[in-house]
Amino acid sequence: MRLGLAFLLVAALAAISLTVGVSGLSLSRLLAGDGRDWLILWESRVPRTLALLLAGASMAIAGLLMQIVIRNRFVEPSTTGTVEAAGLGLLVMTLLAPGAPVIVKMAVGAVFALGGTGLFLLVLRRVPLRDQMIVPLIGIILTGVLHAATTFFAYRADLMQTVLAWTQGDLSGVLRGRYELLWLGAAMAAVAWIAADRFTLAGLGRDMATSLGLAHGRVLALGLSIVSGVTAVVVVTVGIIPFLGLIVPNLVSLALGDNMRRAVPWVAVSGAGLVLACDILGRILRAPYEIPVGTILGVIGSLTFLILILKGRRNAA
Amino acid sequence: MIETRALRKSYGSSLVLDEVSLTLPRGGITSIIGANGAGKSTLLSVISRLLTADSGAVSIDSQDIFRAAGPELARKLAVLRQDNHLNARLTVKELVSFGRYPHSKGRLTPACREAVNHAMTWLDLTALSDRFLDQLSGGQRQRAFVAMTLAQETDYILLDEPLNNLDMKNARAMMLTLRQAVQALQKTVVMVLHDINFASVHSDRIIAMKAGRVIHSGTPAQIITPAILRDVYDMEITVQEIDGHRFAFYYG
Ligand SMILES: Nc1ncnc2c1ncn2[C@@H]1O[C@H](COP(=O)(O)OP(=O)(O)OP(=O)(O)O)[C@@H](O)[C@H]1O
Ligand SMILES: [Mg+2]
Repeated sequence: MRLGLAFLLVAALAAISLTVGVSGLSLSRLLAGDGRDWLILWESRVPRTLALLLAGASMAIAGLLMQIVIRNRFVEPSTTGTVEAAGLGLLVMTLLAPGAPVIVKMAVGAVFALGGTGLFLLVLRRVPLRDQMIVPLIGIILTGVLHAATTFFAYRADLMQTVLAWTQGDLSGVLRGRYELLWLGAAMAAVAWIAADRFTLAGLGRDMATSLGLAHGRVLALGLSIVSGVTAVVVVTVGIIPFLGLIVPNLVSLALGDNMRRAVPWVAVSGAGLVLACDILGRILRAPYEIPVGTILGVIGSLTFLILILKGRRNAA
Repeated sequence: MIETRALRKSYGSSLVLDEVSLTLPRGGITSIIGANGAGKSTLLSVISRLLTADSGAVSIDSQDIFRAAGPELARKLAVLRQDNHLNARLTVKELVSFGRYPHSKGRLTPACREAVNHAMTWLDLTALSDRFLDQLSGGQRQRAFVAMTLAQETDYILLDEPLNNLDMKNARAMMLTLRQAVQALQKTVVMVLHDINFASVHSDRIIAMKAGRVIHSGTPAQIITPAILRDVYDMEITVQEIDGHRFAFYYG
């Protein structure tokens, strides 16, 4: 019902996204079978719109999943070192095996991402004070360290441009054949939905999960693997869209709570819708130039996030 | 039957469980009493495999708990810890439904729904079922957690200070609910209580702990005496019998 309406809204945004761009498309010419218009639609607009939907939904779900299993509202892949570690992994592959297929690079990126997240959890365990806000701060420090390492190697290898593309979501370059890996990310995010009860339960803490017969460690590992996989896929295809994984799950949680089974469809739809809207905005604000979706979301996202923090809706655990 | 054999647990140099060997027969209510820091919660956590002891063993119905499969054990034994912090925003009903997880893995059967509804009715939560936990009072939240534990429908129910935050009426109602579960459904309840008068009136057995050891155990008539309470709490406590129950007076 209400979810159905949200779906319709996103579908409408998707339809708009198909029509907005530098070169104009017209329905009548498409219907008349104009070859050039069909080419643009098929090679550029459809891929771009699909990429937006897939990346938006999977990044938002990855953020939710991470917040649930780490039990902190203020984490997402880009505040825990996950994104930077994935980037480092991709850089290593670009340097050592530039000819490797993109799926192999992505897999290595995912392994690095998991390693970065693991490192983050290890550091967390050693910090005695577990204030809600300390957790993302530690993550941001770790992110800084990983970023410095990446920059060092990228600078020496003259790959700064490539690295920048990974961390700044930009869909202007998406064409057919360059985004399909995102389906894999979406499939991983779908696993998060299928196993939603396990993750919600894991989010109740180790003791409660154990007493209900859940192998807490294993579920945690599965959850963070999904997050790392999704992150690596998005980094390698369109670049990370900042704040998405942070604000969408937080807003959905305010309205619906944290039962993942109920929250995931909403988070997916809202994530996809928000990214679509921001990308469309980026295309029309300064047309014929484009503002990257990452930049637009960075502005909207940081403001929303600030409001969420100031409202201090949840006390520290 | 729950059996512990020579359990030892220490944190650094302080020994918090010192050779605890216990046999808790099936059925009935057992209360564990003792001063703050006596090791009651630690014992309960070890029995319910939430904490590993340094040495010793725990078995339930002759099965070692650390060898038992997690889900199987969760259908046999439910435990509620003393402090339950939740970051997750769940409604009362969602939380209580998670008590069914060992049985249903998330897909609630009609039997599950019935168990959830019963548990919520017993703890007077029906009117609150769609409220988020962070919108409840301390006692309401405590009742939600106990309801979740009861919805698990296990033979053994371990509760660490279940009366925390409860008013008189709800405290008595909870004790009566547990008694009824013991009598009608042959449950075995083990709980940590600080209110020794509740322990006296409603338990079949009382276990008294001090400095990591079980120093006394027996029926309420055997344990609720001035001499033994002095030993347990290091203070003078008057005991009077009213209507066949022993009551301790320690307010003056
Ligand atoms: N994680 C820990 N690290 C160090 N010491 C601990 C830890 N947990 C418990 N202790 C110590 O172990 C002892 C027993 O603790 P326990 O929680 O079992 O006491 P309790 O009998 O349940 O007390 P209370 O009535 O206050 O709940 C206490 O002295 C406590 O300080
Ligand atoms: Mg205790």
